[in-house]
Amino acid sequence: MIDPVYLDFAATTPVDPRVLAAMQPYFATEFGNPSSVHRWGQQAERALEGARRDVAAVLNCRTGEIIFTGGGSEADNLALRGAALAAREASDAAHLITSPIEHSAVLSTLRQLRDHFGFRLTVLPVDSAGLVSPEDLARAIQPDTALVSIMYACNEIGTIEPLAELAAVCRERGVRFHTDAVQAASQLHLDVQRLGVDYLALGAHKFYGPKGVGALYVREGQPLLPTQTGGAHENGLRAGTSNVPYIVGLAEALKITAAERNDHNARFSALRDRLIAGVLAAVPDSALTGDASQRLPNHASFVLAGIDGNELLMHLDLAGIGASSGSACKTGDPEPSEVLLALGLPHALALGSLRVTVGRPTSEAHIDRLLETLPGIVSKMRAAALVGVA
Amino acid sequence: MTDAGLRVVVAMSGGVDSSVAAALLKQQGYDVVGLMLRLWGEPDQPGSAYNRCCSPDSIAQARHVAEILDIPFYVLDAQAPFKAHVVDFFVESYVAGITPNPCIECNRHIRWDFLLKRALSMDAAYLATGHYARIRPVTNFAGATPNPQHLPPTPFRGLPTPAHEAGAWVPNYQLLKGLDPLKDQSYVLSVMGQEQLEHALFPVGEYAKPQIRQLARDFGLPVAERAESQDLCFLADNDYRRFIREHAGGAIQPGPIVRSDGQVLGQHTGLPDYTIGQRKGIGVAGPEALYVIDTRPETNALVVGTAAELGNQRLVAGRVNWIGGEPPAEPIRAEVKIRYKAAPAWATVSPLPGGQAEVVFDQPLRDISPGQSAVFYTGDVCLGGGIIQSGRP
Repeated sequence: MIDPVYLDFAATTPVDPRVLAAMQPYFATEFGNPSSVHRWGQQAERALEGARRDVAAVLNCRTGEIIFTGGGSEADNLALRGAALAAREASDAAHLITSPIEHSAVLSTLRQLRDHFGFRLTVLPVDSAGLVSPEDLARAIQPDTALVSIMYACNEIGTIEPLAELAAVCRERGVRFHTDAVQAASQLHLDVQRLGVDYLALGAHKFYGPKGVGALYVREGQPLLPTQTGGAHENGLRAGTSNVPYIVGLAEALKITAAERNDHNARFSALRDRLIAGVLAAVPDSALTGDASQRLPNHASFVLAGIDGNELLMHLDLAGIGASSGSACKTGDPEPSEVLLALGLPHALALGSLRVTVGRPTSEAHIDRLLETLPGIVSKMRAAALVGVA
Repeated sequence: MTDAGLRVVVAMSGGVDSSVAAALLKQQGYDVVGLMLRLWGEPDQPGSAYNRCCSPDSIAQARHVAEILDIPFYVLDAQAPFKAHVVDFFVESYVAGITPNPCIECNRHIRWDFLLKRALSMDAAYLATGHYARIRPVTNFAGATPNPQHLPPTPFRGLPTPAHEAGAWVPNYQLLKGLDPLKDQSYVLSVMGQEQLEHALFPVGEYAKPQIRQLARDFGLPVAERAESQDLCFLADNDYRRFIREHAGGAIQPGPIVRSDGQVLGQHTGLPDYTIGQRKGIGVAGPEALYVIDTRPETNALVVGTAAELGNQRLVAGRVNWIGGEPPAEPIRAEVKIRYKAAPAWATVSPLPGGQAEVVFDQPLRDISPGQSAVFYTGDVCLGGGIIQSGRP
């Protein structure tokens, strides 16, 4: 068997060995509970608050503005539900705004607020590359708008939103702005002052940290109602004993990512561009999805006419290549990706999506493997589908 | 020569038969890939957005087996073709007054067309299933090398052991009954042709069911005690009469119960509620016992008659598939099964033009039902079959 090639770094990343080493002491040696009074507790608290300082440094914010969570989705949930409910309590705000290409952690949460908590929800249009326009956002804001949530970069099509402009529109109107930066964090700067956001969500496993830990930036003074109640951990905003080793891992991973960002991005972009050009040249009836230039450096995504994306992933896996598709599903019941439908792609084409994302271990040889493998698979699949259903 | 290393796609259901099939092939050194088809299931019945063949539990079970065997496992969407070719056909047949066999259509269109083509596109040499049937190559002409998987280990039940000198071999494949007479599934495979058989493997067909259960235990598979899979897998319950009414758009209506001379005896509740040969629950009384002997969809009439009228010695089958590739030149003597579970009955089978065949039984049969398949056998060899069009002279 030839060596398998992982090209799904947008799904998750391997933990950096330096991160693993940083986490190691906090399982069995420095195992204390940061809430405890004694030396064991103090030791753990030192690690926890050191991690908070590291994260705050990367985000260019105060330590008190960082809340650690059990992952990126939880950070989104806390920000959206917490901010919406707090805003309603403070000022009867009852209107929410988002984009149609958000991660389900955002969309499903906002839909629940609409369907069960009486909020109105405006879903902004996007252009065919998935970009939200600041003008559309400005027009959508109403006097009782509680919160706007627009992702930093799209996990599915790689498009980077004009976040600073969008946030400025909100700031001018006194409307709070949340961004899901989970997919962006491995490659884009996270300076919350430059971005001008009020809430920003991160998940460590997207930037070579462990799964099951995330962070939420909450601008000082922005109200938030806790959604998980209990002890006074994380400023009373997220109850539960702090997951010290994982939080240390998140901070270490974020520090490394910020320090090495420019080097990796230059290499990622070159690999990505070679990949995009190669696929579009070698696979007939294929098209890039997302924006060609406002795009995550590691992200290539396509639609392939006449292809079932789920089936394509199976073929690629058998050929030793791990990739992803917007309609991917392990129960064989693919739904066309909502994101691709929002771009205006027809249903059938939206079932045929392919996402290839590179990462730190990716080499040119890996890209060549994909480019050598994909065209043959696609033509075989198209041939089988043509004669398949009489 | 050995097949070891060749890729085999195994259609897995999570059940014992396909799980053991996968285990046997893995043991033989094949590059085994597990596939499960996601089939259409009644969507709006409580608790059954899934077809019972591929419920989350079945998927988890098959995935667990694949983990134990250390083979890749995927679920493939076949909901649209299954709905079109199996479910819609099922409803349309009942509306037309006949009694379809959806397993036959599933094998014809889904397993041995949709799935086989996809398996071959994955560079698989074979598609294997957990069916109780066997495949044998029997004739040889100049040409290719034999497929050793299909070679009988010993001369088999009087069949000539084929010569297989390398380079002198183009097999014609026979479909044989499974070794376990209680489990034989060749009936539903009678739609297969040479192209399908060439790429098919039925590893469990060489065993009896108790042996398969034992093998499952020996392989450490957690499936040995699982229940059998269901025939009407797309129903939320076992109530096909309800299903047909819900999906036939009002086409199922009460109508007259008549004698064959046209005399009206009463009213029936809808033709799908009755089967040929049925005696109880018809709802008409008379001096002598009456049986369902026919349906007349054009007048929505249910025809009843006496036991003497019920017997029927002849049928015509359409869409006849001859597994060997060609219909026989002359009428042949064969044993014919008119339902999956029917006992084989001796008959003379005469090919007719237009893909039809006439079957004349030695003794009248009481329950020849249009829509079911008539499947022809010589001993253990399944010669093919077709859909019963008419059971009336």
